[in-house]
Amino acid sequence: MSNNTLYDKLWNSHQVRETDEGASVLYIDRHLVHEVTSPQAFEGLRIADRKPWRVDSVLATPDHNVPTTDRSKGIEEAVARIQVETLDSNCEEFGLTEFKMDDPRQGIVHVVGPESGATLPGMTVVCGDSHTSTHGALGALAFGIGTSEVEHVLATQCLIQKKSKNMLVQVDGQLRDGVSAKDMALAIIGEIGTAGGTGYAIEFGGEAVRALSVEGRMTLCNMTIEAGARAGMVAVDEKTIEYVRGRTYAPKPDQWEQAKAAWADLHSDDGAEFDRTVMIDGATIEPQVTWGTSPEMVLPVGGSVPRPEDEADSVKRGNIERALAYMGLEGGQAITDIKLDKVFIGSCTNSRIEDLRDAAAVINGRQVAETVNQALVVPGSGLVKRQAEAEGLDKIFTEAGFEWREPGCSMCLAMNADRLGDGEHCASTSNRNFEGRQGQGGRTHLVSPAMAAVAAIAGHFVDVTQDAEKEA
Amino acid sequence: MDAFTTLNGLVVPIDRANVDTDAIIPKQFLKSVKRSGFGPNLFDEWRYTDVGEPDQDCSGRPVNADFALNQPRFSGAQILIARDNFGCGSSREHAVWALLDHGIKVVIAPSFADIFYNNCFKNGVLPFALSADDVDRIFKEIDANEGYRLQVDLAAQHVTLPSGETMNFEIDNFRKECLLQGLDEIALSLQHADAVREYEAKRKQDAPWLFAS
Repeated sequence: MSNNTLYDKLWNSHQVRETDEGASVLYIDRHLVHEVTSPQAFEGLRIADRKPWRVDSVLATPDHNVPTTDRSKGIEEAVARIQVETLDSNCEEFGLTEFKMDDPRQGIVHVVGPESGATLPGMTVVCGDSHTSTHGALGALAFGIGTSEVEHVLATQCLIQKKSKNMLVQVDGQLRDGVSAKDMALAIIGEIGTAGGTGYAIEFGGEAVRALSVEGRMTLCNMTIEAGARAGMVAVDEKTIEYVRGRTYAPKPDQWEQAKAAWADLHSDDGAEFDRTVMIDGATIEPQVTWGTSPEMVLPVGGSVPRPEDEADSVKRGNIERALAYMGLEGGQAITDIKLDKVFIGSCTNSRIEDLRDAAAVINGRQVAETVNQALVVPGSGLVKRQAEAEGLDKIFTEAGFEWREPGCSMCLAMNADRLGDGEHCASTSNRNFEGRQGQGGRTHLVSPAMAAVAAIAGHFVDVTQDAEKEA
Repeated sequence: MDAFTTLNGLVVPIDRANVDTDAIIPKQFLKSVKRSGFGPNLFDEWRYTDVGEPDQDCSGRPVNADFALNQPRFSGAQILIARDNFGCGSSREHAVWALLDHGIKVVIAPSFADIFYNNCFKNGVLPFALSADDVDRIFKEIDANEGYRLQVDLAAQHVTLPSGETMNFEIDNFRKECLLQGLDEIALSLQHADAVREYEAKRKQDAPWLFAS
């Protein structure tokens, strides 16, 4: 009887051979490319006079640098414009498919991949971006790589890899109403820490994970890297198959049954053994808010910022003191007392249609607080934007005082013009609250889309599960 | 890639855990399409007191005198030591390029984030882990001794302290050989080309939907 984990199966089915040194030559099915981590890789190919091994495995789109305001005049900042133009010219030179900035299918590469069917169950998926773990939601082995490895995959269709250990994060029970996949992800990181998954591939399982939509699973897998693991994944089920059906690059009708049969095995066997198992009760997860400068510095919205003096370990105490100083917070301060200057709804973590629906649903005719300087909604792709507009979500946001933008990474990492000012507090649906991440001196609080929307209205954090006015 | 064999270098301490790649090289500098020139912006937000911009001359910028890289006693350091989970966050290889461009060839910490760790080896930078206690001891010794140097020997997999004492470190054989010889990993992988073609032909039969017609 087989006792493989999902990760074992994905690994074994892509191992071309083992090297003499005990590493594996791993075959890569899908290579996603964006403008920031690829120019030096293409340059490397040119210098060595190499060509891409398999052009049909590559899908490119610019996302990090693109403006989210009117694009008819192009990109104002010269260095950013050159980087996007460099992606265009590299894709043209090497014959690669690209959804360019003016293409209606352009968007954040981790939104575009699943949405277009370019990422499918059973695939190996890589991209020069740590949030490639997102695609594991479809039952794929997906992980981020550096630029040298981008060049390596372009040239060889393979990576030389050592297999990671297996971790199961099992979330049992049912999430409460108003608690989302984002809260689950943050609660898991709070539990195991930002290095808790280092050296592991994480499979998420249990009743609460199976109950998530495929988009919710993407949010969960997206944040795997914030727990230190390069890859996160969820077993294939009926929801996965229904999600994939009919998408542009999904199997055509004549191959559909064969594909479905192949995908039926993409789950851990009953007797599979994991090197580490973490059990979490989904029913106890509350809406989460980060208070510090690492995703593990997270608390339920009803909590209070930690006091350094309560921490016995001197290194940890120093970390708390430094984080509080940077964040401009006092130990013991209630999370709900943190006042917000900006709100950002977007990023590869939370910019899909369900995220926008979740955020719009809690607004209920209310207005963004006057004390909030800016509230942005940045859809993950052109297709998400169009869908949201068809549902009238854009009107709900703009009537409440949110700005409705063009798709891209935007204020998640502030490579374009969307950023925080020095000392500004932001409720953000993105994935990293590092110092300076959203702009130098900016103070990021990671939350779910619904939590961000109610925070925009109140001007401070509130518990969305207790927000009586969210429903008429 | 340059080979790495041994190094006797001055050590600069970055006394923080979870040093992320956004801190090592902030996002505005990622707009470059080159691999070089990132050194002056290494740890930009910690190193300078103003806001850095790409393509700016950094020589006249106001510096944070407390930050280790700005202290004359650590000038010319080739070894960097930090606390747990060094290099977490983004996959940006620019972080390694910035360290290297500044002259850092060895990074020591109790633990590393996977992608950063991997990226180091592609650029001739040696990262290795020592126990948290050993790292803590080195921090204290640096503090007490100006001009503190370590002798790193990759083939022997150990680092020698000024006292003459050695500490061993782990590294897998493939990475070690690539680094010792400065090997081109793509050329190495292309030696498996026939096996890859064979795998690919079988995959095309088993999963034809993965191959555009």
